Amino acid sequence: MTEKYNMPDERGHFGPYGGMFVAETLMLPIQELNAAYQQYLDDPEFIAELDADLKHYVGRPSPLYHAERWSRELGGAQIYLKREDLNHTGAHKINNTIGQALLAKRMGKTRIIAETGAGQHGVATATVAARLGLECVVYMGAVDVARQSLNVYRMKLLGAKVVAVESGSKTLKDALNEALRDWVTNVDNTFYIIGTVAGPHPYPAMVRDFQAIIGREAKQQCLDQAGRLPDALVACVGGGSNAIGLFYPFIDDSSVKMIGVEAAGDGIETGRHSAPLCAGRPGVLHGNRTYLMEDDDGEIIETHSISAGLDYPGVGPEHAWLKDTGRAEYVNITDTEALEGFHALTRMEGIIPALESSHAMAYTMKLAPTMRKDEIIIVCLSGRGDKDMQTMAQREGIEL
Amino acid sequence: MSRLAATFEELSKTGRKALIPFITAGDPRPDFTLPMMHAMVEAGADVIELGVPFSDPMADGPVIQRASERALDHKMSLRRTLAIATEFRKTNQQTPVVLMGYVHPIEAMGYEDFANAAQRAEIDGVLTVDLPPEEAEECVALLKARDIDPIFLLAPNSSDDRIKKMDTAGSGYIYYVSLKGVTGAGHLDIADVENKLNLIRANTRLPVAIGFGVKDAQTAKTIAGIGDGVVIGSALISKIEANLDDPERAKSEIIELLKSMRQAMDS
Repeated sequence: MTEKYNMPDERGHFGPYGGMFVAETLMLPIQELNAAYQQYLDDPEFIAELDADLKHYVGRPSPLYHAERWSRELGGAQIYLKREDLNHTGAHKINNTIGQALLAKRMGKTRIIAETGAGQHGVATATVAARLGLECVVYMGAVDVARQSLNVYRMKLLGAKVVAVESGSKTLKDALNEALRDWVTNVDNTFYIIGTVAGPHPYPAMVRDFQAIIGREAKQQCLDQAGRLPDALVACVGGGSNAIGLFYPFIDDSSVKMIGVEAAGDGIETGRHSAPLCAGRPGVLHGNRTYLMEDDDGEIIETHSISAGLDYPGVGPEHAWLKDTGRAEYVNITDTEALEGFHALTRMEGIIPALESSHAMAYTMKLAPTMRKDEIIIVCLSGRGDKDMQTMAQREGIEL
Repeated sequence: MSRLAATFEELSKTGRKALIPFITAGDPRPDFTLPMMHAMVEAGADVIELGVPFSDPMADGPVIQRASERALDHKMSLRRTLAIATEFRKTNQQTPVVLMGYVHPIEAMGYEDFANAAQRAEIDGVLTVDLPPEEAEECVALLKARDIDPIFLLAPNSSDDRIKKMDTAGSGYIYYVSLKGVTGAGHLDIADVENKLNLIRANTRLPVAIGFGVKDAQTAKTIAGIGDGVVIGSALISKIEANLDDPERAKSEIIELLKSMRQAMDS
């Protein structure tokens, strides 16, 4: 890449992707949000408050950990883990909710809404709402409410109202639909905190910018610890917020390969997966144009993944652009492979990863042995596995 | 002159307002829609908005969401919706048909293929909820080249600039969403609607149809006093939903409601 990467354009387009595909009532609120975001993006006072919260409340910077034993075992590249699992609330999600909540406060909004899949974004939103004393309503598909009951309880403890969404496939995409319906009805006092790099402009760019701290830190830490840039970055991709957060600061470093790992569920060939970049085609959903999983009539189809956080038929529009331009590569990992990644990291390094992050671990197990010992992979360990204990136990036939 | 322009011109000559019912194609089952369209025309409909079901109807309330789900359960699609419109046109050359839905199924078909198919089906207007003028250039050009009216929404929080934008991009009529919310929601504040209509009229000469929240004959009459047309959707679909085991009864209740609206609007 010769020119410096500068996406999206002022209307939120990443090439043909992204944009503002919303009903008229939401046009004004997203324009107001964009104006506020552009204003505070460069506001020293806002940045200082955000940085202080990230340091003292979230616990940043998160470590970059050299997984020496696992690297040795795999016999190839040196693996470094970006430890987003050590953040407050246990995942990268809070980097973004802190930022958006501070924005909400400055815009004078008194009510926060959010959608959630696995519940990590819901918890991270309920957490910042509790801290700022804002009313909080979280929309969650009824199917996810059932399989992530622990996170539902956490959100309720934090004072949020959790609404189980019964429409459509009763998962993350339907939670997003319902949150958009709430927003269109309560636009005057409500701020919608979207949890991933999807939705209408400015969300994909804004969430990316709040998550880019992952990559900024990782870059500096890698230079400090290894004395050079990494050779490859690996991160799981559902909506793709942890991946874009890691990738973004490296986009102009053309020697650094970027690899996003989608959820192949039971296998791409079975159709039961959540891998729109690997096996979908472009379309419009939730306010932006991107790769989607759809049938021949253009209806969005149900997705499948063992990890609720990757169970989404779309993906952030910037990933669609990075795929088409070839700057990033997108691969997929099945449920079974993800579980191998889960166990490997747990037993080899004493770190229990979230099932979402386990997809990135599983791909790293394939990639590392193909690389030289003096090469470096940074893998985003986007969340910890505590929330998945029930799912894991159930899958392995153990009663807790 | 397009069928929509002719319809609104004819109505304005006689001082009447357009009655515009909305039903979702294929709800509660595919064979219900065509006879229902003809029956609505007999009951006094001037324009028919035919909903294209979509798996993720983000701007719709629960009533129209469920209508979409019922239709999709019967494999209704954009293609099949166009086939119904084609059948309708065989015996009705007067009543404009407007497709209303979301952009994704249109993208999946391809803008140009869709515009050609809509032209063949003699569709008069296309209203795409989540395709604002900013994103609509390509689609609008293809539709206008085929004399199909692109119809845009305005909302209570639309600025004067946006009204002008819709005036330039759109034709046929403008659909004013009379409240902040989803279809079928809440109660209308008539004074608010009146105030906003004054602002809209100052910026466009297109006819303005008003929808969202029109449930009965009295509201239809009041709204008809403000706009050029009244759109009624969820209230009709509620009749379908209340009579899922008896579609004929749903049909007669819809006709009864439309007739009472027509009467109230004309009196």
